[in-house]
Amino acid sequence: MTRSPALIAATPDAATPAVSPDDAWLPVCALADLAVERGAVALMDGEQVALFRLLDDTVLAVQQHEPHTQAMVMSRGIVGTRGGRPVVTSPLYKQVFDLASGECLDTTKGERVALVTWQVEVRDGVVHLGSAHGPGARAAA
Amino acid sequence: MNTSPSQTQPDGGSADPDVAARPLAGSTAAALPAEVAAPAASQVSAPQRVVVVGGGMVAQRFVEALRDRDDAGRHHVTVLAEEPRAPYDRVALTSYFSGRDPEALALGDPALWQDPLVRLVRGDAVTRVDRDARTVMTASGRTFPYDELVLATGSDAAVPPIEGNDLPGVFVYRTIDDVAALRGWVEERAAAASRPVRGAVIGGGLLGLEAAGALKALGAQATVVQFGTHLMSAQVDLGGGEALRRLINSLGVAVRVNTATQRMRPSRRTGAVGRLDFADGGRLDVDVVVLATGVRPRDELGRAMGLEIGARGGVVVDDACRTAVQNVWAIGEVACIQGACIGLVAPGYAMAEVVVDRLLGGAATFPGADTATKLKLAGVDVASWGDAFGSTPGSMEVVWADPVGGVYKKLVLADDARTLLGGVLVGDATAYASLRPMLGRALPGDPAAFLLPEGGAGAPELELPDDAGVCSCNNVSAGTVRAAVTEHGCTDLAGVKACTRAGTSCGSCLPLVKKLMTAELARSGVEVSNALCEHFDLSRAQLYDAVRVAGLTSFSEVVARFGTAEAGRGCDICKPVVASILSTVAPAHVLDGERATLQDTNDHVMANMQKDGTYSVVPRIPGGEITPEGLLVIGQVAKDFGLYTKITGGQRIDMFGARIDQLPGIWQRLVDAGFESGHAYGKSLRTVKSCVGSTWCRFGVQDSVGLAVDLELRYRGLRSPHKIKLGVSGCARECAEARGKDVGVIATDNGWNVYVGGNGGFTPKHAVLLAEDLSTEELVRTIDRFLMYYIRTADRLQRTAAWVADYEGGVDAIRAVVLEDSLGICADLDAAMVLHLETYEDEWAATLADPDKLRHFRSFVNAPDEHDRTLAYVAERGQARPATAAERAGAGAGPVLVAGTTLEVRS
Ligand SMILES: Cc1cc2nc3c(=O)[nH]c(=O)nc-3n(C[C@H](O)[C@H](O)[C@H](O)COP(=O)(O)OP(=O)(O)OC[C@H]3O[C@@H](n4cnc5c(N)ncnc54)[C@H](O)[C@@H]3O)c2cc1C
Repeated sequence: MTRSPALIAATPDAATPAVSPDDAWLPVCALADLAVERGAVALMDGEQVALFRLLDDTVLAVQQHEPHTQAMVMSRGIVGTRGGRPVVTSPLYKQVFDLASGECLDTTKGERVALVTWQVEVRDGVVHLGSAHGPGARAAA
Repeated sequence: MNTSPSQTQPDGGSADPDVAARPLAGSTAAALPAEVAAPAASQVSAPQRVVVVGGGMVAQRFVEALRDRDDAGRHHVTVLAEEPRAPYDRVALTSYFSGRDPEALALGDPALWQDPLVRLVRGDAVTRVDRDARTVMTASGRTFPYDELVLATGSDAAVPPIEGNDLPGVFVYRTIDDVAALRGWVEERAAAASRPVRGAVIGGGLLGLEAAGALKALGAQATVVQFGTHLMSAQVDLGGGEALRRLINSLGVAVRVNTATQRMRPSRRTGAVGRLDFADGGRLDVDVVVLATGVRPRDELGRAMGLEIGARGGVVVDDACRTAVQNVWAIGEVACIQGACIGLVAPGYAMAEVVVDRLLGGAATFPGADTATKLKLAGVDVASWGDAFGSTPGSMEVVWADPVGGVYKKLVLADDARTLLGGVLVGDATAYASLRPMLGRALPGDPAAFLLPEGGAGAPELELPDDAGVCSCNNVSAGTVRAAVTEHGCTDLAGVKACTRAGTSCGSCLPLVKKLMTAELARSGVEVSNALCEHFDLSRAQLYDAVRVAGLTSFSEVVARFGTAEAGRGCDICKPVVASILSTVAPAHVLDGERATLQDTNDHVMANMQKDGTYSVVPRIPGGEITPEGLLVIGQVAKDFGLYTKITGGQRIDMFGARIDQLPGIWQRLVDAGFESGHAYGKSLRTVKSCVGSTWCRFGVQDSVGLAVDLELRYRGLRSPHKIKLGVSGCARECAEARGKDVGVIATDNGWNVYVGGNGGFTPKHAVLLAEDLSTEELVRTIDRFLMYYIRTADRLQRTAAWVADYEGGVDAIRAVVLEDSLGICADLDAAMVLHLETYEDEWAATLADPDKLRHFRSFVNAPDEHDRTLAYVAERGQARPATAAERAGAGAGPVLVAGTTLEVRS
């Protein structure tokens, strides 16, 4: 078997999201790089952030880390609305998360864990990431 | 009786606990106060040994009820059954001809026979009962002691003393073995003769008519020979019998009434039955005869034991089902209760419940028999209940007859002209389910209104009182059905059936159960909704039609036109449904524009997401046939990308552990080598499994691999409400397990048999026969239509098995649609399949050719050359598997973590 040298992988740590000072907006990518209602992932200082461009070109950002399974998959869920609020469904076990607040809206699938969210702004066609909010991000807020 | 019941003769070879155990106290002791009766009260009291003779329907119900109610587990029950199988649904025996599968006749939960307090001994008849020693002996020489003995030996088919009744080709109709032998005989005759097989049924009652229907179903001609003046003379009056005769004739079955059969003559050539001679001098040439002249209680054990026997046979019991001998009971058809043996299953079930109640200290008595009957013969509706002959003094009859249409309906009313005493419905028995429970109750409004054809003046809505019986097989009242909804939270028919057992035996009450359930749901404010989700009020089938008729091609159009007011942008339920609908109505690539946003987890990137967020890749291997070169390519790709490989159940190869950004590279190699997407990720055709067939196999009769390859290439990429699997077997040995598939094809000498609605998984189901001996062309057309009709009308995530079961009229109705075009939609279905064939393209090849679609496979939008470094693997049995959380946490200490699939690709 040809395998590359052993690589000890790091476990993702959802509790320490990429944090930037309130007024420090980091450019990520062009809005045009994102497809409407189809998530993408950005790598921000080693942390994976899922980005979602809605039909009205609003961009929302949550952690890529799916908190119930520890897999890096949130960007690959279906984007939709529940009661008018934009949501994404986890592609693994289908918990529904509010994209704006990160809240897990599902009461049926056991423990509810919220997602960390980031402030997002689109300036001159460029998507910028601001500060993080959520369970693991409180210290920074 | 004060003899000790414990003089058992343990049978040497048996390690059976209930053979060796000695009872502490007989039932005489049970009548005494507990302290007196149980000198050994400090010890654990031994269980009562209940021995049931006979493993029929009533025995099954007895054991079920006993295990259900004997919470303390005080009874150990042994069922001694002469037939070589667990109790089965004799009432549904005739369905053996459409299903061919003894398993389909299973009764109740098979787990019952695994219960440690239950023992089923099959294929061993009881030959003797020693009532003093309290033991029974079986034909194989085993001895079983009992504390309580329950005789449930049922009946035998009566064989009339007609000369020639023992000739080959003369059959009775009582057991699975009987019908299997009958079927074999008819098939053999059909193969030997160049003309249709000629059959006769002697006896024109319920059973005879069922048997005649079975002969027709086997492709034989059938003549019913009835001694009496009209058909079903025990249930139906002369007027009804006449209407019934016309209906039976219209099925192509001949009827002779007032005819006594004098002898059956052997054919000079074959020695088997060849001719019937009638008393009136008439004759009938026959190849097969079914005797259906009645049943005879199996009371021989009772006779030998000296029990009282009824005038027309049967073990006489009182209203508690007790014989005169203590601790000996009789239930079911063998019991002569209230002066008669009853040849129906519902009263037998009632007797079983009575004895269980008595064993547990209750005082239940037999409530009297409900002799209501409904003929189970497709195309002939006959029902009779209560005082069908109007023999109650002062009773009056309301009759409605349409001799031309073969309809005859009669209600028998008490002298108040309102109270329903009974009735007969021939030709249209739709009112049966709601009228039967009204027995003994006043009908609202004009009784005649209940007899008019539907759409006529309209009968008043019947509001059944709670205590009205709905399911007589299982003794379920309207109130119990309502409570299933209001107290047990059932919201669908399956739930109500499981909760109440209503409709689980003969099924004739199901329309009524459904009506009661729906009314109750509506009343308790539960909207009986088949809405897809909050965004669509329509069901999948309704939405399919709406989209097709409106000619829509995108989700945005569909949600704008058919979504609810608050529909917004849909969800993970409705978006994949719309994607699936559009894929056959307006075919386009799954990743085309907006379609890419509708796809569920796996379709999203055309691969199967695994627990760690990586994917597995499955190239199509049609029919499971692959060249050595193809195998080498797959092996090399897996090796180069470090993928874990496993052979799937669908005869192909799955490669695990691919990162999203590796998928295009992997597929480029596969596509270059001529592979296509296997759609393992889609709610779509998966595989067509095959055996090796006549090409190699000594037994194969057709080229199953060739057909499987053709079918797989035909239906590849066809998206559907759930995954679909097919199988093709080259002969009746069925090595491809085709009957476990949604569509199973089995080769015959004359062509192909096709079965539908099978699946493995959580609730395994065998497929049922849809059509026989089709040519390849007919076969393909039939499957085309079956699949397309399923795609159009099934619910979301409803597999074909559930769809067929839920479809009104079941597989017979579906057969009418796809083979006889009963709905006039076949041209439409055919055109839809042509559209699929014309627009099919390999999704992966198309993706690789389109940079826009490839963008979806980037690892990071701002760092496309990076990849996910959080993945970790451990080597196991020579391959990589995802590391567990513990292995990740203790990295270094435990098994060595190896890199994911980040290997350099050798070219
Ligand atoms: C084709 C057909 C259609 C029917 N349709 C209907 C219908 O629509 N509605 C309805 O209500 N009823 C119907 N019936 C009748 C119904 O099947 C019977 O009423 C019911 O099966 C009686 O149950 P049972 O347990 O008393 O007897 P059975 O089901 O006959 O079982 C008795 C069992 O005991 C076994 N046995 C006998 N003696 C011994 C022994 N000494 N030792 C061990 N085992 C022994 C027999 O082999 C048999 O398996 C139909 C019957 C047939 C054949």
